[in-house]
Amino acid sequence: MESVLNWITINQQIIYIVILMVFVGIEVIGRVPSVLHTPLMSGANAIHGVVIIGAIIVMGKAESDNYFALVLGFLAVILGTLNVVGGFVVTDRMLEMFKKKKK
Amino acid sequence: MELNILTLCYLIASVTFILGLKMLSNPATARKGNLVAAAGMTIAILGTIFLYRDQEGNKLHNYIWIFGGILIGAVVGTLAAKKVKMTAMPEMVSLFNGMGGACAALISAAEFYHIYKAHEGAGTTPFSDLVPVGYYITIVAGAIIGTISYTGSIIAWGKLNGRVKDFSFRGQHIVNMIVLALVIVFSVVAYQSSIGSIFIPFMLIGLFAFVYGILFVMPIGGADMPVVISLLNSFTGVAAACGGFLYDNKAMLTGGILVGAAGTLLTILMCKAMNRSLANVLIGSFGSNAKTGTGAARQQGAYKEISLSDTAVVMSYAHKVFIVPGYGLAVAQAQHACHELEKILESKGVEVKYAIHPVAGRMPGHMNVLLAEADVPYEKLLEMEQANEEFPTTDVVLILGANDVVNPAAKNDPSSPIFGMPILDVELAKNVIVNKRSMKPGYAGIENDLFFQPKTSMLFGDAKKVLQDLIGEIKNL
Repeated sequence: MESVLNWITINQQIIYIVILMVFVGIEVIGRVPSVLHTPLMSGANAIHGVVIIGAIIVMGKAESDNYFALVLGFLAVILGTLNVVGGFVVTDRMLEMFKKKKK
Repeated sequence: MELNILTLCYLIASVTFILGLKMLSNPATARKGNLVAAAGMTIAILGTIFLYRDQEGNKLHNYIWIFGGILIGAVVGTLAAKKVKMTAMPEMVSLFNGMGGACAALISAAEFYHIYKAHEGAGTTPFSDLVPVGYYITIVAGAIIGTISYTGSIIAWGKLNGRVKDFSFRGQHIVNMIVLALVIVFSVVAYQSSIGSIFIPFMLIGLFAFVYGILFVMPIGGADMPVVISLLNSFTGVAAACGGFLYDNKAMLTGGILVGAAGTLLTILMCKAMNRSLANVLIGSFGSNAKTGTGAARQQGAYKEISLSDTAVVMSYAHKVFIVPGYGLAVAQAQHACHELEKILESKGVEVKYAIHPVAGRMPGHMNVLLAEADVPYEKLLEMEQANEEFPTTDVVLILGANDVVNPAAKNDPSSPIFGMPILDVELAKNVIVNKRSMKPGYAGIENDLFFQPKTSMLFGDAKKVLQDLIGEIKNL
């Protein structure tokens, strides 16, 4: 019990962020029209590609002779980049078509 | 100084993610929103590469590996996203989502390995003495959620492109629960294990999470994949947030949680558009168990075919025509032919409109995107409620490859798996012409009584070819 409370105290900043972000996330897309569900999902998909930052850190920290960590990090960087770049490009392609009809 | 700039980079990134999502949920600003988020992401990535310092103040190294990985990922990702056909975009999103999940899982694995390496000599010391429980939970949660998201997304991808068939067996939900329980059991076991023997339980966590992802998506019908992808999308968000926790990285944390929360809400909204609950989608095993219950048992009535020339006559002499597009239109890439038909009919003084069901196609909004690609004016696309008001005054409804969204069973057959889903009431119109490739049931795997009604005529063939021939016939009138 003590350790859990300690943990909360140490990480209270992060816990605050998590709670606030949950509400922001819900609030921000609360009134999306159903037409935009797919592009929004795709855009959100690209945003969680932010996980690439973790991959870069893993990769950049690995000792040059630690091949297991190098390979793991390298794979993670490739996959993360795929998620980010592919995600944003696909979303843009979907939305490109929406924009045309606005004119 | 450099670290302060990095903090600023992450702050900017977090703000752009929130702004981006906000803008993405409004049609007028959506595209800009996507670019805003992408710009923020670029700042965060570049900042990390060049400014990041670990606790001892060391910069990152292995730049060649980092840039190599980014280059490969960026080139492949761009090509895949640019080349993919409109119809296959949902699959693509699922695939990219899986990549993100796998990335999060790999980060957790690498972090675990890092701890293991650092304490290798500790032999029989329990893992729990070396790593605080909160930290351990974050690593394991990232690994589990990321892995489930990865395998689940791959299965969803396979289902959407038809490579993976629906599969369920009696008691599958119990098996799923057991597998999930095993994941948790081994997470606890691994924590109690000594550093020397922790590898096997840790591997088992990954293995069972891997299997769970497959089992979780397997029994869910292909028509429900958008909902599943959206759910897995929010899973990956949470997995990314776990990574943010591990590295005390606020950009990862905010981005991940934001997507986790927004994705969950979006999943629920998608379910609502189909008038179903999330539990119903996940547990209902739509279209697999239900198929034997209703559709197949009911005998097929007689249906009536209509020739192209008759269709041409009926349509050119109508006052008001509604086109109901569906997945068949997307598959046949017939959106341009469809727009052409609309123009030629309008030149003959026929009023042409489109009735868009919110979940027509494989994803919500699919039809809007498709028709917009063919420059169909925005005002011509009517949403379900408006269209339903206009059907009684409509002469001809032309259904192009849509099925479940016009199935009257959703209204009058409580035993139907799609019962309760709002549909387009096309039967209110004077004539209904259905273009399909064959009499095969739609994605939900159920028969459609609409096809056997007296006012309905069937026009078989590939949507694009039929439309082109129809245009030719109308020109010749």
